[in-house]
Amino acid sequence: MNVWSALDDFLRTDPRDVGCAQAMQILHIYAELTVAGAPAEQRYPGLAAHLRACGPCGEDFEGLLVALRDEAS
Amino acid sequence: MGSIVAMVSADPGVGETRAAAARLDPQSAEWLRALTATGEQREAALARLHGLLVRIAQGEVRRRGPRLRITGPELDDMAHQAAADALVAVTGKLGQFRGESRFTTWAYKFVMFEVSAKVGRHFWRHPNVPLDAEDWDRLPGNFGFDPAREAEWRDLLGALRRAVDEVLTARQRAVFVAIVLNQVPLDTLVIELSSNRNAIYKTLFDARRKLRAALAANGYIDDDCSGNS
Repeated sequence: MNVWSALDDFLRTDPRDVGCAQAMQILHIYAELTVAGAPAEQRYPGLAAHLRACGPCGEDFEGLLVALRDEAS
Repeated sequence: MGSIVAMVSADPGVGETRAAAARLDPQSAEWLRALTATGEQREAALARLHGLLVRIAQGEVRRRGPRLRITGPELDDMAHQAAADALVAVTGKLGQFRGESRFTTWAYKFVMFEVSAKVGRHFWRHPNVPLDAEDWDRLPGNFGFDPAREAEWRDLLGALRRAVDEVLTARQRAVFVAIVLNQVPLDTLVIELSSNRNAIYKTLFDARRKLRAALAANGYIDDDCSGNS
């Protein structure tokens, strides 16, 4: 790992990244698939790429997962 | 609760959703039926949904609270505002619910969006640093550059700064400086620039791609032909 690996990662973009608008449209579907243990990332690779790169959408996704898991437990 | 119920109006696409409701799971179908009913039945459903959204919003602000350094009544106010706005969003978009998830999962999504918006607004009102500041000395710390190895990253930092000045548009530069140097939350920048999350993200995405290409062209980092991380 080089001394600037965090910057290197930040500057790396994924062409499959669907952006926030599409991510926000289908976040609930993706979250349910994830909680169910279904292969959400394979079904929605563009959303998976986006959630890895976008802090705000990733935060919303984490919150939704927590809410669903709390409800199920 | 009465004020919340009074704020929400029926969605024009409700008829379409009613037609789709036959394919929904029973709980989701019941939510739609009750929320598109009239009178006391609808008010009872709105009250029940509002209570559910408040509970989800309270859990979410508690989850985010420690990192935000917001506590007490302010956090609770944020939860109630987020739940109220989420209720308005949900009832206004009932016609867009396609039954691809449970109704409540779809509704909780709007709570998350509203909590994010409230957090963004909080930092817009109380910024940690001036939103238009530009302090490049922050960047090494923001990316965890080891001060003891400055000799290894000093040139890269200089090249990055030149690339920011030379290859980015004014808008891309402003977004890069705010988010990367000043660590302004993206949802705060949305308010500051009267924009939306998608547009700001796209601006930063394009800036990242251009900066990486510029640094790679000068041999500072590997060229990333695949583009996949």
